[in-house]
Order: sequence, then structure tokens, then C-alpha cells
Amino acid sequence: MSRAAAAPAIFAPRAGLAAGLADWVLLHPRMFVFLLVLPITLWLGIVYIGALIALLIQSFFSIDEFSGMVVREFTLKTYGELFRPYNLDIILRTVAMAAAVTAAAAVLAFPIAYFAARYARGKWKALFYIGVMLPLWSSYLVKVYAWKLVLAREGILNWLFAKAHLTWLLDAVLAIPVIGGNSLSVSYAGTFLVFLYIWLPYMIIPVQAALERVPGPLLEAAADLGATPRQSFSLVLLPLALPGIAAGSIFTFSLTLGDYIVPQIVGNSRLFIGQAVYTQQGTAGNIPLAAAFTVVPIAIMGLYLWGARRMGAFDAL
Amino acid sequence: MTDAVTFRGVSRHFGSVKAVDAVDLSIRDGEFFAMLGPSGSGKTTCLRLIAGFEQPDAGHIAIFGEAAEGVPPYRRNVNTVFQSYALFPHMNVRDNVAFGLRVRGIGRAARHRAAEEALAQVELAGFGGRRAGELSGGQRQRVALARALINKPRVVLLDEPLGALDLKLREQMQEELRSLQRTLGLTFVFVTHDQDEALSMADRIAVFAEGRIRQVGSAEDIYRRPSSRFVADFVGSSNVLPADLAGAGPAGRWASLRPEDVLLDPAGREATVTARAFHGRVTKLTLDFGGQALIALVPAREAVPEPGATARISWDPARVHVMEPGA
Repeated sequence: MSRAAAAPAIFAPRAGLAAGLADWVLLHPRMFVFLLVLPITLWLGIVYIGALIALLIQSFFSIDEFSGMVVREFTLKTYGELFRPYNLDIILRTVAMAAAVTAAAAVLAFPIAYFAARYARGKWKALFYIGVMLPLWSSYLVKVYAWKLVLAREGILNWLFAKAHLTWLLDAVLAIPVIGGNSLSVSYAGTFLVFLYIWLPYMIIPVQAALERVPGPLLEAAADLGATPRQSFSLVLLPLALPGIAAGSIFTFSLTLGDYIVPQIVGNSRLFIGQAVYTQQGTAGNIPLAAAFTVVPIAIMGLYLWGARRMGAFDAL
Repeated sequence: MTDAVTFRGVSRHFGSVKAVDAVDLSIRDGEFFAMLGPSGSGKTTCLRLIAGFEQPDAGHIAIFGEAAEGVPPYRRNVNTVFQSYALFPHMNVRDNVAFGLRVRGIGRAARHRAAEEALAQVELAGFGGRRAGELSGGQRQRVALARALINKPRVVLLDEPLGALDLKLREQMQEELRSLQRTLGLTFVFVTHDQDEALSMADRIAVFAEGRIRQVGSAEDIYRRPSSRFVADFVGSSNVLPADLAGAGPAGRWASLRPEDVLLDPAGREATVTARAFHGRVTKLTLDFGGQALIALVPAREAVPEPGATARISWDPARVHVMEPGA
């Protein structure tokens, strides 16, 4: 009894600067949150958004055709140049490629993600993560060059098709106008395959995360209420996976829109947006046009997100 | 008359665990049937076997006389109210309820009308436009019920549907479920670990333990005449004591004596009070009766002896149920 009475009801403050600081943080939670978000706000606000605005301003300048100097006067002339047939082709080509890669990535990723989310446990789950992430650990350039060799006429893919007596099939694919070509490594089909390979993990992971959050009883409930497996998929599973597919497609779509290395190494010599930006700001020295080209993917992504939202892709969030 | 659900020697094993082990069961058409047991006793697996989410490893299941083995859930005219309700989060209440009609190809107008009727039936008229996430637990439960009933199933399965509700709401829902079942005349199969719920709602009860059915009978049967020590203890926490000590039967048999049947009686036999707990309506006394622990529930208005004191107790021998040898 006396011992209990001797114990203080309030303990003495702890000594030291760190302890004092910790106490201050505990008593001022709002101030603490402010300090936490300050650096990231500055980073986003100045370095990121600021740079973007600078870029946007550049795109409203134009270039003097004779001197090659940038005219620092606001004009829409540069944007007008985007609509020249040659530049418009670049934009349409890039958007078509990005859309094709995104659609194929979604179709390929879904079963893999579904398996990982619903069936893989323990060791299998670890294997799934390693298998999906491992390609991201190695150099992007090495992978693209490796694909160039794989897809070349003397490459292993041709050899495999020959061994399997399927060369006719490969030739048939290469004979298709537009997407075909001399060999896969110099055709749009090859560019598509390499894009699909390098961006696929960015689709699998968000889709898997979305499917992981779909409670198992939901699918049982659908079947219980009379839904065939196909109806369960289209009415329950797919709508609930849609935010994941939307998130993944933002990655695959925007990464394809902006890439300038893959089409340069694997594909025919026709330009994509990224390459156009690269040549305009480099050899051509036309910074305003390069900036205008850069605004195109941003505008397209904005439209894309708005459309996805309108279609209810984020309703299940 | 054909039984609603029949199990013949049904087993379902998960690895080395016998979740359901050689179960025979008949659920009659139109009855409110409860499957009662502790967690892991196999009652939920039995429900899932009827729904078709699980397939038996051995034995036969028939639903209204038709073999159900190998039949997927969507081909069974049986609907489930899930423990977690499993409402579709991307749909509003109306679309949730109408889902069963939608997958059967019923047109939008017709199914919305039917959904509103089903919602009115569970007293949620006008809630159709809301999201499932905006509803309280009790309302979600009603939506899940309306969704299961809209298909007019032959059997309604309920997996601990009241488990997540608070006490008052639970009692109200018990009554509503019961009257709904009577009005519709449907077969309800209800899984619960709550013996009060089973006793108050069910026409008949199956008591499960370790994948087997220990006893099937009416609430009165199960409560008054438990066939084994497990049932006596699990349903109503009965006192299980040697029949000769209870003064009701030969040595070597076990007897069940309900705590509320143990009376304080100045002319009775001596027992020592070891603990006392006030429960509102009753006071629970833990007694040492000749080395045998005994629980007595005494009406709160009676004067109750202190722990350590001697209590005098008696009971009506007719209230003692002597079990079969070896039970």
C-alpha cells in the first residue's frame, strides 16, 4: 500500500533534445504533419510542376525559320505544326502502338494476376513476385538489344520456327502490310512485342493488387445467385479489377507514348513521339516543337483518365 | 413427401482434416433447420456442400430428391445469405438485389420492380439507390436476405447471418427471419454457433462436433434430453454428473441437470459456494457438491449465499436426464 502511494502519478520529463522534440511532436500533431509534407510539396511544386509549366511555356514559343533562333513570343504556330501530315502520322502511330500494347498487356496480365491473387500462397507467391519483378532489375537497354538479336532474321526465334517447320507462319505474319516487314526486328510487330515485354510487369502488379482486394465470397455469391462463370467474370470480377487495369494501363500507355529507345532499336525507321522529341530538341534544335510534342502525351493521358473515370473505372476504389 | 436436403454418408476432407465425416442428414421441406456447433465442427462445410461451393469426397447429396454431386452452384435452386453478406461493392442496393434476375436474363424494368418488392419485404423500401457501403450492418443483412429470396429458391441457406449484429438487433432479426420463413413456407437452413439462437428459432437442430452430427431433434429434445455429454454441455452449459450422484439412475451412467433446475432449498443437500456472479435476471452460483462442480442459476430476487458459505440445494429428479451408456 505504502509503495503504491510512493509511486508518482505523473513521471518526470525525459532529458535530452531528442526526447524533448519527440514530446513536442506528440503534443503538436498538426505541426508535425505540416513538417512531414513540406519537403514533398516543395519537390512536387517547384521541381516537378514548375518544370512542367516551363515546358508548357516553351511550347507556345516558335522558331525563326531563317536564323533557327527561338522567338520568345506567345503563338500557336508550333502547335499548328503538329498537324502537318508528317507530324500527325507520328502522333497517330504512337497512340495506336500504345493502345495495342496496353490492350495486349491487360489480356496477358489478367490470368497471371488472377492466379497470383487467388491461388498462389507462400512459396508460389514469392516466386510470382520474383518472376514478375526480376526483369525490372536488369538494364532496359540490355533487354532491348537482346530482343533485337532474338527477333533478327538470323536470331533464335527464326531458328525455332524453322526447326518446328513453321517458317511459313512467321512469313505470313511478316507479309501482313503495315505491321510486317523484312524480319520481326525491323517491323512494327517486333516493336510491339518488345514494348509488351518490357511494360507487362507494370500491368500485372496493379491488376494483381486489385484482384487481391476482391473478397472470395463475392464470386461465390455471384455463382450462388445463378451467374455462370462467364457472367461472374463480366459482372463481378472484371468491374472490380477495372481500377487495377486502369492503373496498369496508365503505366503501359504513358510509358509507350514517351519511349524513344525501343522503336529506335527494334522497328522500322519511322518515328514515334519520343524520337520526334529527341530529334527536335537535339539535331534540329527546335525546342518549341519538341515541347509541343511533349504536351501531346500529357493531353492524351488527361483525356484517357477523364474517359476512364467517366466509364466508372474508379467506382470500385 | 420428399425431403428438402438429404445427406447419405457425406464426407469432405481437407488434407488430413475431416471437416465433414460420414454425415447422414435429412432436412424436411418447409422447416427451419439449424446446424449448431463450435467453430471447426463442420457445420459451415455442410452448408457449403448444399450450396455447391464444396463437393463431397464421398457420399451422396440430394436436393428435393435430385442428385447434387457435381452440380455447380449456379445450377442449384438454392441461395445463400453469407456471413460477410458479400454484397457487390460496385453496385447499388437495387442492382445487388436484382442480380439473380439479371443473370437469368430478366429485363431491367421487371427486375427493378421485383427488387423494390423484395426490399419492401425486408423493410428497406426506398433504399434501392444507395450503395452497400452506406448501409448499417443490420441493413446490409436485410439486403443480403432480399437478394437471396428474389430468386424464389427451394432452399435458403444462412451462414451465421446474425453474427455481426449487436444483441438487440439480433433478437429483432431472429423474430423477423422466423416470421418471414413462416410466411414464405420455404426451407431455411441456418448455421450458428449460438445455442440460444438455434433453440429460439429452429424447428429442428443438428448439433455438430468434429465433423459429425451428435444429435438431431427439436429444440426441446436437444435441451431436455441431450444424448451425450458434449451436447448437454454445449447446449445450455448443462451440469453433467454421475447419474447416481444426481439420484436419478444407476452408477456408471452420466446424467444432465440444467443449471436453472438446481434450486436453493433449506431442506436440501449441502454444497459449498465457490464463486458467485451477478447476471441481472439470475445469479450464477458455482458449487462444490461432494467433489463435483455444479452450476446453479438462481433467480435474482432470491437471497444468495456468499462464496465460501454452505448452500442447501435440491432438484426435481424428473428434471434429470440420464444418458445412454457410453454417451
